[in-house]
Amino acid sequence: MIDFGYTLTKDRQFDYDHGDFRFLRLVRSIEPSLDVCIGCGSCTATCSASQFTNFNIRKLHTVIRRGDPESIKAELKKCMFCGKCQLVCPRGVNLRNLILAMNRAIEQLG
Amino acid sequence: MKQEGKRLIWDEYQKEIADDNYFYVRSCVRQNFFPGAEKTFLRYMKEMGRNVFENPSHTTCSGIGYHSDIVPFETAMTMVARQFALMTEAGYENFVTSCITSFGLYSEVLETWLHFPEVEEKTRVHLRNATGREFVKPKNLAHASDVTYKLRTEISDAGKYRLINQTTGAPIRVVEHIGCHYSRMFPSKGIGGAEYPYVLVGMIEEWGGEVIDYPERRHCCGFGFRQYLVKANRGYSVSASKKKFDSMRPYKPELILTNCPGCPMFLDRWQYTISEMDGTTYGENGQGIPVMTYEELAGLILGYDPWDLGLQVHQVPVESLLDKMGIPYDPEKKFLDKDGNFIGKPKSPSFLKFY
Amino acid sequence: MGNSVIIIGGGISGMTAAGILVQQGLDVTLLEKENETGGHLARWDRLFPDRRKASEVLDFVKAGLNQVKIVTGVTVTGISKHDYDFTITTRIQHPASSIHSQFSASALLLATGFDLFEARKKEEYGYGIYNNVITSADLEDQFKSGKGILTREGKIPGRIGLVHCVGSRDEKVGNLYCSKVCCVTGVKQAIELKEMYPASEVFNFYMDLRMFDRHFEELYYEAQQKWGVSFIRGRLSECAENPDGSIILKTEDTLTGKPLKMTVDLLILLTGFVPAIGTSAICGMLGLKSGTDGFVNSADSHTSNNSSGVPGVFLAGALKGPISIGEAIADARAAAVQLAGYIKSTTAYND
Ligand code: SF4
Ligand code: SF4
Ligand code: SF4
Repeated sequence: MIDFGYTLTKDRQFDYDHGDFRFLRLVRSIEPSLDVCIGCGSCTATCSASQFTNFNIRKLHTVIRRGDPESIKAELKKCMFCGKCQLVCPRGVNLRNLILAMNRAIEQLG
Repeated sequence: MKQEGKRLIWDEYQKEIADDNYFYVRSCVRQNFFPGAEKTFLRYMKEMGRNVFENPSHTTCSGIGYHSDIVPFETAMTMVARQFALMTEAGYENFVTSCITSFGLYSEVLETWLHFPEVEEKTRVHLRNATGREFVKPKNLAHASDVTYKLRTEISDAGKYRLINQTTGAPIRVVEHIGCHYSRMFPSKGIGGAEYPYVLVGMIEEWGGEVIDYPERRHCCGFGFRQYLVKANRGYSVSASKKKFDSMRPYKPELILTNCPGCPMFLDRWQYTISEMDGTTYGENGQGIPVMTYEELAGLILGYDPWDLGLQVHQVPVESLLDKMGIPYDPEKKFLDKDGNFIGKPKSPSFLKFY
Repeated sequence: MGNSVIIIGGGISGMTAAGILVQQGLDVTLLEKENETGGHLARWDRLFPDRRKASEVLDFVKAGLNQVKIVTGVTVTGISKHDYDFTITTRIQHPASSIHSQFSASALLLATGFDLFEARKKEEYGYGIYNNVITSADLEDQFKSGKGILTREGKIPGRIGLVHCVGSRDEKVGNLYCSKVCCVTGVKQAIELKEMYPASEVFNFYMDLRMFDRHFEELYYEAQQKWGVSFIRGRLSECAENPDGSIILKTEDTLTGKPLKMTVDLLILLTGFVPAIGTSAICGMLGLKSGTDGFVNSADSHTSNNSSGVPGVFLAGALKGPISIGEAIADARAAAVQLAGYIKSTTAYND
């Protein structure tokens, strides 16, 4: 291998056909209300953790639906489980349970 | 795939291409990348009985600087105006460019002047002040691939070889790649438009090959001007080409045909670079996929000697294609110049099979 | 001055108005350019939001047409007006010859409807090139045929994409407006596909979901909650064909800000409304004005939406812009009432 002083860049496109949907399957089996999310962002707007970090709960439960759960592993720790997100969700997504389910998925699937 | 659907689109994007008497302007980089391409164009144009005029004092159009954000548009317009002045002085009105980025720039300048006549006037003043020259805008602007497209049947008729595998009788599978600046800015100025450009497809079909339509067909070759030119960005350039190779690989292409200075350069050279970075090769049996300009391919069809076409300076050896098409060549002469002197030979790559 | 009315256009609006006008005792002739009345509705299988059969609505409307003189396969070639009377010249196209005839009337109702956007014009979507790219109307044809929805290769599609806003909200094809009903059509069709193939994955690619009417938002909720339809917010950018004939599409998942690529076995383009091809010629004959979107302008979109501005010429339905079936029926009834009132007042005046 030659060092050219530059390297191949990782493709940041979601490659849905080769996505990892094990997280999504597990999370949905625990908390199916995720299905009715409309991506409105109310959860992120009110989130205690979002105000001072780039934590974004809406993005986290969206990326697992796109088959790219890698980024949630480190991020989800920032949630302080206050439940404000659930309070505002217009679709009645059970976000606290969803967060528990996501943590469970991280534990079980690594 | 329904070809009729494409034909309907192709019918909508036809353009007028002058039949003779062309004022030809070269690319500032192609003679380094593909040294035989422009010479070959001039050769077959002459053989087809066409008059092509070159003025030795023409310059870069400055498009490469314009697209790299170092030449302002006003300067580029004045450079373009000077080229037009040389054409006017020589008594020509059909302007033909070798470079796709030039073609794009000339088109953009003419379109700008059409909508903003005051900008044209200002450019005329700039040119007059700088050089004392005057110009008439070309009656017909075409890229040299447009002209070759127009002559594709004549080339085929006069040709000795076809894009057909002589052993199996099967058409050679060809990926075509059009330079971004050919029709993306002005779809109506490219043969076949921007989504399904026909200019190279028409040549491939006429010369017996089979065109491959693959998912990343529209993706950039990887040049991207600043992506390549700034070393810190160069990883994006290789990665863009890799995206294309990964996408075309399942279709087993045997040739990549291009009409831009940058595209054949990067689609050819990066195959080596990628192979040295992660060991991946994209052709058959660890070889690369040969990459050609349309002039070089036209030259092969017409039976010109492959080494006269400059094919020995390609990174990916072209011999696999020559063998398939039944084109004879002398391996001993590959690295000799016209006087028989040894011109040097590249080191053998670690992964990419050298023929 | 008599009580005869000519309606141009035999789709849902024209037929509805015809039924009302004969009830009012008027002498109604309906001119239709196609060989059948029914317009786009005749092609549709089921209607949003309740998925009732389109044919039931069509039968209901047609039931009122006994007294109506229906002339099909006819193109209007000229309209002239003298005092209160209109003369309409037409051409009936036959394979061998064309027959010209004339009609006269005291009032005109224009109900020339819309055309579906020609999906081929979105070149980057490959309609007419890639075998497994079809339109929402093609899908209705297939639903109607009852033969099931299969890919061109004869397989059950394991993954299906529905693309919103094809030919609408798109300056590139010259249509800035929203076609209004394609969103809910897309949700309806997604549900129908899931109902047919529960194991298949269905994705809707949208920019906004415009669930504008009663029960529509609920249908969207049902699609997510009961049927597991996935919605990805991003307009289809381009697609291409894989070696096996499946379609690879590119969009942005705008909710995460990342490009996304996905293979689908079948791609359905939700094509929007465009002004019907013959409408502008008829408008020219009457001096009527269209908006920049090409749809016909009424005298006042709030207060006189069925008046054309030319006395005796009325407007009904989708020639004024995208509307749903329910709205078309209501609009046609309103136009009929207004037209009948006009006839009565002018007849009384002349008698
Ligand atoms: S529970 Fe977590 S995600 Fe929800 S608002 Fe609180 S900190 Fe944010
Ligand atoms: S508030 Fe509810 S509906 Fe809105 S993005 Fe969050 S989870 Fe989804
Ligand atoms: S109704 Fe929906 S799909 Fe149709 S044009 Fe409007 S936003 Fe797009």
